Amino acid sequence: MQRTTMDLWVGLFIMAGIGALLVLALKVGNLGTYSAGDSYTLVGNFENIGGLKVRAPVKSAGVVVGRVTDIQLSTETFDALVIMSIDSRYKFPKDTFASILTSGLIGEQYIGLAAGGDEAVLKSGDKIMKTNSALVLEEMIGRFLFDKASERKEDGNADSD
Amino acid sequence: MPRRIVSGIQGVGHRVIDSIWRLGYASRFFLLTLLKSGTSLRRFGLVIRELYFTGVLSLIIIVVSGLFVGMVLGLQGYETLQRYGAESAVGTMVALSLLRELGPVVAALLFASRAGSAITAEIGLMKATEQLAAMEMMAVDPIARVVAPRFWAGVISMPLLAALFSAVGIFGGYLVAVVLIGVDEGSFWSQMQGAVDFHYDIVNGVIKTFVFGIAVTAIAVFEGYDASPTAEGVSGATTRTVVTSALAILGLDFVLTSFMFRGMG
Repeated sequence: MQRTTMDLWVGLFIMAGIGALLVLALKVGNLGTYSAGDSYTLVGNFENIGGLKVRAPVKSAGVVVGRVTDIQLSTETFDALVIMSIDSRYKFPKDTFASILTSGLIGEQYIGLAAGGDEAVLKSGDKIMKTNSALVLEEMIGRFLFDKASERKEDGNADSD
Repeated sequence: MPRRIVSGIQGVGHRVIDSIWRLGYASRFFLLTLLKSGTSLRRFGLVIRELYFTGVLSLIIIVVSGLFVGMVLGLQGYETLQRYGAESAVGTMVALSLLRELGPVVAALLFASRAGSAITAEIGLMKATEQLAAMEMMAVDPIARVVAPRFWAGVISMPLLAALFSAVGIFGGYLVAVVLIGVDEGSFWSQMQGAVDFHYDIVNGVIKTFVFGIAVTAIAVFEGYDASPTAEGVSGATTRTVVTSALAILGLDFVLTSFMFRGMG
């Protein structure tokens, strides 16, 4: 085989391999989504975030408008501090309501933003005032059982009276 | 009777000592290859020639098997996931299983049987026809001239081949799941992008392929160089290359996986 044709094939092979790595990184992985346009950050205080994870989507009316970039625990209030990066194309009013929702019955958790009616919009670094915690199944079951038990107790008291 | 028992014990001892000696010999050979690879880096044309034989000629088998593995993953993933109404997660399943496990492992197994066996047979035949001895007579070091370029070509081409395998496999999964079955295209890609992390999944997979590439080519060049200089010896060495490489790949894969993926994602 000619030396030059061999060089050509090897060059094509190396380029195809590196191209495949790039495709995997950008198209399949999440490297492309990090640098997607300008964004601003919002902070939300949640009593309980349930199973929310970093990089979970932030949706408004079902449209993905941003991602969760960091989750911390506030040492003053012992609330969860969720930091989100929101696409700067989307502006939300001051009285926007943020709640942690679940996609499907056992799907992943995301933050849902429901816009309010205020004229002023949230700026970068602002805190979302109205939040709603995640529904934790164990707590719900616990509360349900507790309610049942106290109902029966009341019934029992009524009988003995 | 006691003599037979003694000779049986001797046989066991002989085998153990022999295999440990071979392991030490192989490690020293590996170190020697690394030390003498300066020449092949200075004369990079040697490596390019070997890249053609190990990399370019393995392309067809890698691409075709990648496509089929991805298509099978798409079918099986859909079949299982649709029971839970989660068929849009089929892209995630195909991508994660290819990037983390199947891409590196299957590509390395194919590489060992396609390129590793060829390297062993070539070096073994060079030894059998006394070409290596002739090189030494001419004061050309056969490790620097023959072994090191093949080793580096294997180490370079293995990650590229595995990346191509995974990329083609994901395309195969796309063909079956989206084009053939009709899973929603948007959720196929977006769920995949949401679940695949660049550092956790892709970089770890690439590290695996580097380790497999070093293991497979080191075994292949050693078996070739160590082969008995007969037709039988070369054929035995080629078989040993494929068997030892396969075991090394699977064993190393378990060790690497237990270090890399601990359910922290």
